[in-house]
Amino acid sequence: MTTDSIGATDQSAPREPVIQATDLDLTFQTNDGPVHALKGVSLDIQKGEFVSFIGPSGCGKTTFLRVMAALEEPTGGTITVNGMTPDEARRKRAYGYVFQAAGLYPWRTIEKNIKLPLEIMGFDRAEQEKRVNNVLQLVDLEGFGKKYPWQLSGGMQQRASIARALAFDADILLMDEPFGALDEIVRDHLNEQLLKLWARTNKTIGFVTHSIPEAVYLSTKIVVMSPRPGRITDIIESDLPAERPLDIRDTPEFLAIAHRVRDGLRAGHAYDD
Amino acid sequence: MSDLTQTAPRSGLSLGLLNVARGALPVVVVVGLLLGIWLAAVGPMNFRLALDQASRGGADVVPATPQEQGQTGLIRLMLDNPSVLPAAYVFERPRLPRPQDVLIEMRDNTVGLARGCEWTGWGAEAENWTGFSDGCLRVVNNRRSLIFHAWKTLAPTLVGFAIGTGLGILLAVGIVHNRTMDLSVMPWAIASQTIPILAIAPMVIVVLNAVGVQGLLPKSLISSYLSFFPVVVGMVKGLRSPGAMELDLMRTYSGSGAQVFWKLRLPASLPYLFTSLKIGIAAALVGTIVAELPTGARFGLGARLLTGSYYGQTVQIWAALFTAAISAALLVWIIGAIERRVLTGMGLAR
Repeated sequence: MTTDSIGATDQSAPREPVIQATDLDLTFQTNDGPVHALKGVSLDIQKGEFVSFIGPSGCGKTTFLRVMAALEEPTGGTITVNGMTPDEARRKRAYGYVFQAAGLYPWRTIEKNIKLPLEIMGFDRAEQEKRVNNVLQLVDLEGFGKKYPWQLSGGMQQRASIARALAFDADILLMDEPFGALDEIVRDHLNEQLLKLWARTNKTIGFVTHSIPEAVYLSTKIVVMSPRPGRITDIIESDLPAERPLDIRDTPEFLAIAHRVRDGLRAGHAYDD
Repeated sequence: MSDLTQTAPRSGLSLGLLNVARGALPVVVVVGLLLGIWLAAVGPMNFRLALDQASRGGADVVPATPQEQGQTGLIRLMLDNPSVLPAAYVFERPRLPRPQDVLIEMRDNTVGLARGCEWTGWGAEAENWTGFSDGCLRVVNNRRSLIFHAWKTLAPTLVGFAIGTGLGILLAVGIVHNRTMDLSVMPWAIASQTIPILAIAPMVIVVLNAVGVQGLLPKSLISSYLSFFPVVVGMVKGLRSPGAMELDLMRTYSGSGAQVFWKLRLPASLPYLFTSLKIGIAAALVGTIVAELPTGARFGLGARLLTGSYYGQTVQIWAALFTAAISAALLVWIIGAIERRVLTGMGLAR
């Protein structure tokens, strides 16, 4: 495992890690025997970082994200979120989680969907209204609050689900292939918007993806993983500027990082056939 | 252009009528086909009776004696005595009445019961609170009235349906939230439906009668016995319909069990509930009618069926059957209307 960077990186004041995983193991017991979803995974994520997890299916990237969100219990190693266990952090509303599908409740309007976490967490009505308007603006969905999910396109639904995750102002945003089901153009657009949103809110983002360009375009840190057992094979610090127009993807710097990600993926690919 | 604007609304209207006609066509064809089969069956069904009557009346029939007639096949008899066939269609107590006989019976036992019906208003000359003369009310309160009997069946049906639905929802909630209940209740619920209701109904009625419970409640219990089952099955499926992702979402918010139930499971289950309610209410009606049979009930559609069969009044049986069918259709339609309103309000129907 290597942890160096390409080119000059900003090595200014040391930042506190928001998420600190040390030697994580997670083994699922299945009928076909144990499956090592994670083995010896160690990673520090600093505050305000945009970290992408990339790797072939079965490499444990989603599992790792779920462990951070206390949706899975690791079988070995330690993980802290803001210095607490993931479970405690969850109860302190440390993260918003965005799933692969928008997962909006069809019987609630967009507005009411965004209010769902707010209702559960006991925000008062006036505060709920304020926050809904706020996040709808952040994801560029003003005026769509009264619509039902089926009245929106797939991309808009996914934006609404991001708004829902942002509504209660968690510091950490965990996103599990949020744009996987969308077409290329919509995806580009949402990536651009996500970067702007990240710049404005200064949140720490964990982002699972299959796409190399997406990972390189979005991240400050790219974590390359490989399967059987799920492990980290490379951690790449990206030195791309914070301001990233879409055509940055044609620059040599971008391609160099993409190349290294691809090499990492190839090396980790244990083709049985 | 002016031509177009003038014809556009008209063609829209005729298009609408055409759509209605298109929608009605399959219904008309099916009903027509059923009536055709029914009418075609009336002659053969009543033929032996008609032949018997004809030979008693001194007509020349082949073969001549009742014994020989009994040993001859129906088709042979019909071919040999074509002149008797019209008589098979007009019968006082037929084995199978004609459709119009049933309709006439239904008319005579509903609106046909009105005597001296007029609007009296609610003033000094009012005979009762409805504003209609007492003669009008015979339509609904006369002992022969099918509406009267239908209500005697519908009231316990609605009470039983309410009990069954409440019980069904409670059981489903228990089954979904409690593993012990999941394993223990469901087999019994299924077993309860494998027992013929006809075997249970008399026992329940007799036992309840012995402890002094009479009237509407015993019938309601039988009807709830039939109607709770589809509600349990539908609600269990509905409450379990939220996927892993929707449940995980609730977990990331640290939602409590009650919040998961009220904000996720219950709303997600409503489409399933309404489907179950439609089955449940039809089953509830059947349950009430069955409950009326073994007890010698004097009122209700079941009582009409029973007396009809005692006295060989097939027309009365058919009329009661149709009234039951119309009632069931009406109940299911009402639930469907509520379903549309609720689901549209929830944004679930488009």
